Amino acid sequence: MTNEPQATSVLYKQTLIAGLWRENPVFRLLLGMCPTLAVTAAVKPALTMGLSVIFVLFCSNIVVSLMRNLLKPHLRILMFTLTISTFVTIADLFLKAFQPRMSEILGPYVPLIIVNCIIICRAEACASKNPLLTSIIDAIGMGIGFTLTLCVLAGIREILSTGAVWEIPILPAAFVPWTAMRMPVGAFLTLGLLLGLVNAITKRKA
Amino acid sequence: MDTLNILLTGFISIVIINNLVFTKFLGICPYLGVSGRIDMAFGMGMAVTFVVTLSGTLTWLIDHLILLGTPLEVTRYVCFILVIAGAVQLVEMYLRKFFPSLYESFGIFLPLITTNCAILGLCLFINLWGIDNLIEAVVLSFGAGIGFTMAICIMAGIRESLNLADVPECLKGAPITLITAGLLTLAFMGFAGMIR
Repeated sequence: MTNEPQATSVLYKQTLIAGLWRENPVFRLLLGMCPTLAVTAAVKPALTMGLSVIFVLFCSNIVVSLMRNLLKPHLRILMFTLTISTFVTIADLFLKAFQPRMSEILGPYVPLIIVNCIIICRAEACASKNPLLTSIIDAIGMGIGFTLTLCVLAGIREILSTGAVWEIPILPAAFVPWTAMRMPVGAFLTLGLLLGLVNAITKRKA
Repeated sequence: MDTLNILLTGFISIVIINNLVFTKFLGICPYLGVSGRIDMAFGMGMAVTFVVTLSGTLTWLIDHLILLGTPLEVTRYVCFILVIAGAVQLVEMYLRKFFPSLYESFGIFLPLITTNCAILGLCLFINLWGIDNLIEAVVLSFGAGIGFTMAICIMAGIRESLNLADVPECLKGAPITLITAGLLTLAFMGFAGMIR
């Protein structure tokens, strides 16, 4: 009985870390590909997107976890999407008011968070089965994992397409920008190669 | 004649030039998940076409007849997702009643159409582009569905022959699919600038 609090804290820590690598939503579960590909032309919009997803994931996991005992099985997806779309509306209005430029760049991809599979997947796989605290920790871990992945992808694409990161030039002026990296092609190729790299690293470890 | 011209250009533009999958990254999840076999891919494409036409039309009507110009505009996303979920439910019940074998073969993918970004994305784009004509909205939504079907069928065809190819171990599965998709996008970029 004495080591029970310790056991739960280890569980929490594992839940938190799982989202970063072992169950990374983009690299491992292949979830939420649309925003991953669409908003990663530069780091700034990618980070904005990541933070919005963390906010929505956090709030929706709390609500879903609180109402998990009231859910009827056949209506649960509908309830999830309604909860999520409410919070996405909040995030969208917030961005429009305080970050108008980012809101313009991200355009319809902010409301598209509603159908981001990560959020529905976490609501279904975690929040609707676990108590409040576990769901919150899971949301934070998954959200941070997603944001980091977006930033890595965006960093690679931005540096190759403009020679800058966070709009600060770091490559010498002689560098010829790869315009293709800013286009859809760059997104698909970079993500494909990164996934291959992640697979190779995992294979070597095992 | 003029309207017909506009409709035709709009249709071709959304099927080929502004294809949702290749240029807007919408509907990538089923694009990667269901494109293993060409018959499944075609079925998925048809289901999506039906739902997207229905929900594109309905959301345009709701947006223009009820929401526009009222404080209710903030509830737009909630309304859109409700319409889409309803349309998917309708298709599901219809298929189960009249085409049980097709219903069986879809399995989990049918309810997943609700969370297909292509559908909500199209409704949002129609709203964003400021389409103010019902017929245009219907044609665009239908075109988007056809474009999706075309993209997923091309992909399925390539993947069927990719099974026989010698792919490096760590690129097998999703990575090589993404790279193939990238090359396909490159090919479709050749159409860019054809209209507008």
